[in-house]
Amino acid sequence: MEDNQNDLLDDLTSREYKYGFTTNVETDYVPKGLNEATIRRISEKKGEPDWMLEFRLKAFHYWEGLTMPRWAHLNIPDIDYQNIIYYAAPKTKEKSTASDEIDPELQKTFDKLGIPLQERKSLTDGIAVDAVMDSVSVKTTYRKELADRGILFCSFSEAVKAHPDLVRKYMGSVVPYHDNYFAALNSAVFSDGSFVYIPKGVRCPRELSTYFRINAVNTGQFERTLIIADDDSYVSYLEGCTAPMRDENQLHAAIVEIIALERAEVKYSTVQNWYPGDKQGRGGIYNFVTKRAHCKGEGSKVSWTQVETGSAITWKYPGCILSGDNSSGEFYSVAVTNHFQQADTGTKMIHIGKNTKSRIVSKGISAGTSQNSYRGLVKVTKNAENARNHSQCDSLLLSDTCGAHTFPYMDIHNETAVVEHEATTSKINEEQLLYCNQRGIPTEEAVGLIINGYAKEVLNKLPMEFAVEAQKLLQISLEGSVG
Amino acid sequence: MRQYIDFFNAQRPSIEKISSELMNAYRDAACKTFVENGFPAFNTEAYRHTDIPTLLSSDFGFNLVDRYPDIDPYQSFKCSIPNLSTNMYFMINDRFYRRETGHKPLPENIFSGSMQEFTLRYPEIFRKYYGKLAATEKAGLAAFNTMFVQDGYVLYIPKNVVLDKPIQVTNILRGKVDSLINRRFLIIVEAGAQAKLLLCDHTADEAPTLAVIQVSEIYVDENAVFDFYELEESSDNTLRFNSVFLRQAAATNVMINSITLSNGITRNNYHVALDGSRSETDLYGLAIVDKSQQIDNHTNIEHHAPHSKSNELFKYVLDDQAKGAFSGRIAVAQDAQKTQAYQNNRNLCCSADARMFSKPQLEIYADDVKCSHGMTTGQLDEAALFYMRSRGIAEEEARLLLKYAFTDDIIEGIRMDALRERLKILIDKRFRGELITCRKCL
Repeated sequence: MEDNQNDLLDDLTSREYKYGFTTNVETDYVPKGLNEATIRRISEKKGEPDWMLEFRLKAFHYWEGLTMPRWAHLNIPDIDYQNIIYYAAPKTKEKSTASDEIDPELQKTFDKLGIPLQERKSLTDGIAVDAVMDSVSVKTTYRKELADRGILFCSFSEAVKAHPDLVRKYMGSVVPYHDNYFAALNSAVFSDGSFVYIPKGVRCPRELSTYFRINAVNTGQFERTLIIADDDSYVSYLEGCTAPMRDENQLHAAIVEIIALERAEVKYSTVQNWYPGDKQGRGGIYNFVTKRAHCKGEGSKVSWTQVETGSAITWKYPGCILSGDNSSGEFYSVAVTNHFQQADTGTKMIHIGKNTKSRIVSKGISAGTSQNSYRGLVKVTKNAENARNHSQCDSLLLSDTCGAHTFPYMDIHNETAVVEHEATTSKINEEQLLYCNQRGIPTEEAVGLIINGYAKEVLNKLPMEFAVEAQKLLQISLEGSVG
Repeated sequence: MRQYIDFFNAQRPSIEKISSELMNAYRDAACKTFVENGFPAFNTEAYRHTDIPTLLSSDFGFNLVDRYPDIDPYQSFKCSIPNLSTNMYFMINDRFYRRETGHKPLPENIFSGSMQEFTLRYPEIFRKYYGKLAATEKAGLAAFNTMFVQDGYVLYIPKNVVLDKPIQVTNILRGKVDSLINRRFLIIVEAGAQAKLLLCDHTADEAPTLAVIQVSEIYVDENAVFDFYELEESSDNTLRFNSVFLRQAAATNVMINSITLSNGITRNNYHVALDGSRSETDLYGLAIVDKSQQIDNHTNIEHHAPHSKSNELFKYVLDDQAKGAFSGRIAVAQDAQKTQAYQNNRNLCCSADARMFSKPQLEIYADDVKCSHGMTTGQLDEAALFYMRSRGIAEEEARLLLKYAFTDDIIEGIRMDALRERLKILIDKRFRGELITCRKCL
């Protein structure tokens, strides 16, 4: 029984990565290496205004004075920042005036990934997508329909040119360039990303989505997303990512900033499926991301949902600064690690306004020889009257060689706060397995069932279209053919 | 830090003269570790809330003579717990008070007394245990203690001896000028033995800043049972940096209970290594702090063997501008299967300026385990308050009752009836602000 179960888990946990193909497309590079010249070249290629170049250079000079942080429960090999290409763009044929023309090769790639770049005729389904390949945005769909309602949804570079006021006002206001090592790096070399602005009182009719794809060899991807939800608006935003299978490690250091004004609500969902490396731990993406939301307005709400299955190393703490009175933040996460993957992920909830609420649900699943850590901060500042937090983080262990760790931090500086935290770590419950077996469910299916049930609380928070993909991903990462 | 190293090099002969030869043998290595590491640096992961280098940067006096103040604690110390019959010993500052009176001598083979004397009577046992666990602390506090310590207290219970009476060691801190005191404890409970030890910390003099660096090493052999109670009742100007190292062999049962009733700035480190299978630890902590007192408890429980169990509960009641910190690490090694480890931290903030920092931490490398941790910080339950008030209990009284009830599960865990009853009274008085401290006695 024991052996049988182990075989089964081995089988479940040894599925291949299915997005590992590469696309043959001519690519335009900025030569390897990180120096002032590289940054000037990137800025020049993107035709950026001077203020943007200044911002980049300031960030770069700050970054030069920093050393790589080592506090995470991760074993990060030294990264040679001079051996990375900081800008790679698929060369497209001269853009025709009708901007929805797209290179067929790229079209094929995104079709293969299952990302719809053609607007479908039916209006009821379909998500507006901004597709980003390496350093540039390839295509953004449904722009016209969104523009009719005053919603701005475009690539970041476009926003810099078309909406400089908004970009200058909000960029770096939530994650300043001096926030941390990777934020500084990103601020210096970021290439593209998505920009969203939802005007006052508008409820965004579609799910907005960005799809990130690393394709070129030796490149790092540094994108930047800025979402501004004006008073009384609502938007649900999705992010997905994949990369080819390569033996070398590639760096992905992104920044996501969300600003929610009075009574605005933003839902941000991520299905992270970067290439995790092979069974021996070779290759894979280093995913070092800074994501933060500022619930600035009274009664605003931001919810982060993430399904983390990919990446060799994940270092990511989406957080909420709850400075508006009655604002609330939520964080739902499923993090799966397998083989030699390492994840150190969690959230930060900073309560500043009165009557602020936050909720954290984190589910870790570790298999193989992976290490999976939850690290989170709940901070209640002096004037945050009646702050309320509940955190729950559970870990499931699927092998005797993996590790599951929790590092919650709680700083409470107000006596009216109620903060609760609970965490458990265990393996799959044998009684539950037995119960299923007794009722004629084979062990194989039972394990699948239990894992699915375990992650359900988080998967339920995903938008429907994404929930399906996420469930599939869980199956790929762990469940194999088990239904 | 430099000043201490220079002082050590200059005064080493005087320190060694009044200590024992065996203890002196450890000073070289300790000095080397301290030079390399210094005091634990502030704002590092393990010391985010207690700034030891700054607290110890001012000029402290050291004791370099072999005598204690002209007092007899057995005469003047009246704080014994009623109905608790203990064998009582005293440490005055860093020295063991050797003129024991008032209790029947212990059986021949048990040793309870001065560390210097122990090194002469049982040199082999001393060498086997002294500095073995404390050496593992890279942080430098234990190294500093080993450099300067001149005397200490040793409890040695040989195989299969069951001590019927608890032992009480009262540490009395006194001084007319700012002083730094190094205290050392070595406790060895051999296989099958059973003992209970109560350690009380008192400060006799209010005004000067008295700093204590205290290191306890506890070795519990197979099938032994050991209870360790630490009770701090010191003054606002006391700095206490306390490290307890415990190693448990197979099938042992140990309980540690750390109670902070009044203090200045305290940092307690509890390092527990469960090296044998089926070993069990209960680790309880209670801190009641107000004014600008600070309490920082750090626990580190390492499960190295299968079927071991640890149960941890720390409760804090914070008032005024007090600051509390709790960081608890549980690590389960890869072959420590079937481990059960539970940790709980519950805090009550009673004022707007009180601050609480909590950081549990689970590191688990085995798969067949049951581990959990929970943490809550909040205020008194409004519904419970209302219930009491609607039954005619004044609000102040109702608050007191609720706070008192909050501490109850720590006190109920105490396995010494008389101590438990005494603590209930002390805690009640503490909340009412009428704590009679024992400093009047001296």
